[in-house]
Amino acid sequence: MSRRSEGTTVIKSNIISDHHTPNKGERTDYLAKKLLTRNKRQYVQNLTGKTIAMICAGLLVAVVVSITYFIASKGLTTFFFDGVQIKEFLTGLKWDPEGEPAAFGVLPFITGSFLVTMLAALIAAPLGIGAAIFMTEIYPRFGKKVLKPVIELLVGIPSVVYGYVGLTLLVPFIRGHFDVLGFSLLAGGLVLALMILPTITSVATDAIEAVPQDLRNASLALGATRWQTIWNVVLHSALPGCLTAIVLGMARAFGEALAVQMVIGNTTKLPGGLLDPISTLTSGITLNMGNTIQGTPYNNALWSMALLLLLMSFVFNLILRILSRKKLVNK
Amino acid sequence: MRAKILDRTATVVLTLIAFLIIMALVGMLGFILSQGGHKLTVDFLTSPPSITQAGGGIGPQLFNSFYLLVLTMLFALPLGIGAGIYMAEYAPENKFTQFIRTSIEVLSSLPSIVVGLFGLLVFVTMTGWGYTLVSGALALTVFNLPLLVRITEDALRNVPQSQKEASLALGITKWKTIVSVILPAALPGIITGAILASGRVFGEAAALLFTAGMSSPDLNFTDFTLNSSTSPLNPFRPAETLAVHIWKVNSEGLTPDARDVADGAAAVLILAVLLFNVSARWFGNWLYKKMTSGRS
Repeated sequence: MSRRSEGTTVIKSNIISDHHTPNKGERTDYLAKKLLTRNKRQYVQNLTGKTIAMICAGLLVAVVVSITYFIASKGLTTFFFDGVQIKEFLTGLKWDPEGEPAAFGVLPFITGSFLVTMLAALIAAPLGIGAAIFMTEIYPRFGKKVLKPVIELLVGIPSVVYGYVGLTLLVPFIRGHFDVLGFSLLAGGLVLALMILPTITSVATDAIEAVPQDLRNASLALGATRWQTIWNVVLHSALPGCLTAIVLGMARAFGEALAVQMVIGNTTKLPGGLLDPISTLTSGITLNMGNTIQGTPYNNALWSMALLLLLMSFVFNLILRILSRKKLVNK
Repeated sequence: MRAKILDRTATVVLTLIAFLIIMALVGMLGFILSQGGHKLTVDFLTSPPSITQAGGGIGPQLFNSFYLLVLTMLFALPLGIGAGIYMAEYAPENKFTQFIRTSIEVLSSLPSIVVGLFGLLVFVTMTGWGYTLVSGALALTVFNLPLLVRITEDALRNVPQSQKEASLALGITKWKTIVSVILPAALPGIITGAILASGRVFGEAAALLFTAGMSSPDLNFTDFTLNSSTSPLNPFRPAETLAVHIWKVNSEGLTPDARDVADGAAAVLILAVLLFNVSARWFGNWLYKKMTSGRS
C-alpha cells in the first residue's frame, strides 16, 4: 500500500505528542478520547461507499422492472385499445396489418421462431455436448489447449457475421443443391446452430467437469469401458447441467434477430418444409418497427410481439431455475 | 467385444465432432478474411461510404463503433463494478438479494432486440433525443451490466480472505479496504472481463438499430467541438456502427459493390473481435505471471 491510511493517524499523533506533552495523564485522556470517538470522515466515507454500491445494485432491479413495465404496457394496448382478441392474435394465420380489415395473426411468426430454435437445438446439442465430452473425458490436454480457446473465440464472433456468412455461403449452397431460393428454415437453423454451439459446449463442459472423479473410477473399476462410463455414469449425473446448456442455447437462438433475418426469407406464411422461407418474431419486429408510426395498431401489434419475446425469455429463465435445483451439488 | 467396438466408435465420433467444430471456426474465419482481405486498405478504412456508387469506405462506421464502445464503458464500468462490490461485499442473504440475482439472470438472457426496443422507448422517444450515440450507449449498458456485475463479483470473491482480514485488523474501514486492498487485487479479473465485454459491444447490432440509428451524418474529422452536428465527437448525433452497417448494406444496400463493402466490414469486425479476445487472454496471462510468478 502506497498511501498511508487514516488508520495510522491515531498512533502517529501519539508519537508526536510524546515529545510535546510532559503530562502523562493528559495524554492518556487524550488517547482514550481519540480512540472512543468515531472518526467522522471515515464514517461518512463508509456510508457513502455502501450507498453507492447499493444504488448500483438497485439500478439492476429498476432496469428489469422498467423493461417489463414499458414493453408490457405498450404490448397490451393492442388488446385493450385496438380491440384485437388475444386468441385471434395468437392463433390467427393472416398477418395483414395494413389491410381492410386489418388482420393481426402472428401464428406464422411464433411457429417460425419455435421451429428455427428447435432445429438449431437439434443440430447443436449433440455436437456441443459431444465436444464437451471430448474436452473433459477423452483428450483433456488437447481440449484445454486448443478446443477451449477455439470455443471462446466462437463466442466472441458477432451474430451479424454469422448471418452474413450464412447469407454468402449457406444460402447459395442450398440454392445450388435444391430447386429453391435458399432462404429457408434450414439455413436459419444451421446459422443459429453454429451460433449457439459455443454456449452449449462451454456450459456442458462445466457440468461434466463437476462430476466427481470417484464415480468414474468406480465405474471403470467394475470393468466398464470408457464409453459405458461416459454414457451411463458421467452423462447421467451431468444431465441437469447439460439440459441447462441446451436451454441457454435455445434462449439465445429464440431471441436472435439479425443473423436469422438475413437468411430465412421473411414470408408471413406457415412453412411447409425445411426448405421453405419463414418469419420469426424477431425478424418481423426488426423489419417493420422502423417503417411504422408510433401509436398505430400496426405498431402496437409489433410491441405485442416484443412482449411475447419477453415472456418467452421469462419462461426460459423459469426452466433454467427448475433445472438448477436439480443440479449436482459438488462442493 | 461389442462394448469394446462401441467404445472405439464413440471415441472416433467424438474426436470427429471436436475436429468438425475446429474446422467450422477455421473455415469461417478463413472465408471471411479471404473474402474481405483485399478490401483492407487505408482508403477503405477511412473514406466515407457512398450511397449509390461503388468505392465507398467504412471510415465513419469504424469510428462510431469505437466511440460507442468508449461511451458504453464509461456508463457500464462504474455501474457494473459498483453493483459487483455490493453483491460481493455487502449483500445480506435475504429475499432482496435473491431478487437482485434473479434480475441479473433475467437481464442477461434478454434478447438484444428487446433491449433495443426498450432503448427506443425510453432513451430515444421519452427523452426526446432521437437516434443518438448516447441512447445506443445506454441501451448497450443495460445489455452488458449483468455480465460486468458477474465478472466483478467473481473477481472480488476470489481475493484471498486473509488479505481482507489483514486490512480490517489494522483498523482500516470496510470501504477503504474494498477500495485500496480488494479492488486492486481483483483488477486483473475485472479488466479481462471488461475487454471481453468490449468485444460484445463492438459486434452488437440488434440493440442499436433503434437506438443509435442506421445512419451517420457526414462527419468532419477536423471539427472536434462537442455540439456541432458534423463533429465526430458529438454524443447527440445518430451513429451507425460497423455491425449495423453490415446488416444494412445486405438488406437495403443500393451500391453496386454492396457485397464487397460488407465483405470488408465483416473482415474488419472479425479482426477487431480477434484482437479483443487475444489481448484479453494475453493480458490475463501476463498479469497472472506478474503477480504469482507461476505459469498458467
